[in-house]
Amino acid sequence: MRKAGRMLVLLGVLVVVAGFAARRNPLLVVGAAGIVTGLLGGLTPREVLAAFGTGFASSRGVTIFAVTLPVIGLLEHHGLQEQARRVVARFASLTAGRFLALYLLLRQVTSAVGLGGVLGHAQTVRPLAAPMAEAAAERAHGPLPAKVRERIRSFAASADNVGFFFGEDVFLAVGSILLITGFVNTTYHTRLEPLDLALWAVPTAVCALAVHGWRLVRLDGSLSAAGPAAWDRKAAVK
Amino acid sequence: MIEAEWFHWLVGGLFLVMAAQMLTDRTNPRRYGSALFWGLLGLGFVYGTWVADHRAPAEPLGAAVLVMVCLAGFGRTGRGAPPEGAAERRAAGAERFGGRLFVPALTIPAVALACAVGLKRVHWGGGPLLQKGSETVLGLGIGSVVALAVGMVMLRERRISTPLHAGRSLLESMGWAMLLPQLLATLGAIFASAGVGDQVRRVTTAVLPGGSVFLAVVVYCVGMFLFTVVMGNGFAAFPVMTAAVGWPVLVEQAHGNAPAVLAVGMLAGFCGTLVTPMAANYNLVPAALLELKDQYGPIKAQLPTAFILLGCNISVMFLFAV
Repeated sequence: MRKAGRMLVLLGVLVVVAGFAARRNPLLVVGAAGIVTGLLGGLTPREVLAAFGTGFASSRGVTIFAVTLPVIGLLEHHGLQEQARRVVARFASLTAGRFLALYLLLRQVTSAVGLGGVLGHAQTVRPLAAPMAEAAAERAHGPLPAKVRERIRSFAASADNVGFFFGEDVFLAVGSILLITGFVNTTYHTRLEPLDLALWAVPTAVCALAVHGWRLVRLDGSLSAAGPAAWDRKAAVK
Repeated sequence: MIEAEWFHWLVGGLFLVMAAQMLTDRTNPRRYGSALFWGLLGLGFVYGTWVADHRAPAEPLGAAVLVMVCLAGFGRTGRGAPPEGAAERRAAGAERFGGRLFVPALTIPAVALACAVGLKRVHWGGGPLLQKGSETVLGLGIGSVVALAVGMVMLRERRISTPLHAGRSLLESMGWAMLLPQLLATLGAIFASAGVGDQVRRVTTAVLPGGSVFLAVVVYCVGMFLFTVVMGNGFAAFPVMTAAVGWPVLVEQAHGNAPAVLAVGMLAGFCGTLVTPMAANYNLVPAALLELKDQYGPIKAQLPTAFILLGCNISVMFLFAV
């Protein structure tokens, strides 16, 4: 019976799953999951409040990147994103796949030096990377069927995500690195250095560039191997 | 000695100044809620100093956090209208300053790295110049202040209100999402104290045959992957799987290299982020932005990469970390 009682705390995980599935605001979901788990875990309401307080106080390091906002804001005020767009536009004469592979590299490198917010889906993928990749494919193969267009756009979004996720951890002051040191240093009373963690993100970053870059370059092959004639045949069969 | 808490106060002060700006911004339809949210966050940053070293009760801060959660969760925060003529000014700025715009931006990581590697060893007045163990956070803070000075001089900007207003507008566009990582870290701590990690460990040890380090690596990485798919975020998965397998089995029993185990474990979670619709801002929002008919288009494009990289993470961890 006591065993079953302790297993009850796993209900907190269920609250998170159900909350996200119901598309509720993530802050509400996470807050509710914390309260439910704390109460089921045997904390009094007052102790739950204290847990939120100490949790907030000891995790302030995760949000400290806000200190960069005034200078980034100042630079954006004077056209940092426009300049980033001009840099991306220099690669516009490549094939679709090679262009997206270069975008992946650019996204990864900028994230690795802490400029994860300069490129992004709203800032550069929609206005730049996706249209340029489509234009490159059109230059090579003529007008694109809707399906192919969707495929190129999806890969443009994927280049941004892969570059960002596996680039940002190489930068030592990013939220996820600080979360690791914050959690481990408070829970296990050790002293882990963000720099060591960031270095260990490098092997996977290299793999990500190789794997996704290769898949993006192969996108060209699948476009030209199929060719407009093949698209027509496929459409006719369907 | 330069202390980490000074920069927590600097960030708290920034939030308070920006909250005051929001309060007077009539273009924001929910200016009172927004100002209250960021004002509480700013106060919490300062008050948190005394909570962290147990000199003040944590309950008021906890109550403030729950108020912030409700304000944002029930849509009581909003954002102001961007200033007019912004697009022309940005295009003119890019034309005028060109690549020089990247210089202040790159100053931040350069200074952060210099602090983490170099200044760490500098002593001043009988103690280390930078508080021990906080060199990276301090580097980020010092780097931002230096970069702001470089940027103001380089762009010939005289008014300090320009970066403050521009920074506030960035803050408003991030909105409540800014608080989510901290709240997820808090949830992780509550999960840990309520014993969720222990329960997951009991379930995993029941499945896990004892003694195999390779299988433990697989369970940690695949567990991070699956938990991230469910929770939509590696941050929430990390404390649970680390308390269950990563720390007790891989670091303590197998004497693994802790930074390598934990960094690669987190990256295994990121593979999960690539394939889950729960991570809406990365996978569903771009599909909408790009006007895709198939809202799972980006996930489908990422699926093979995610699984190959999960395999890479397992290999890296097994070969180099344990």
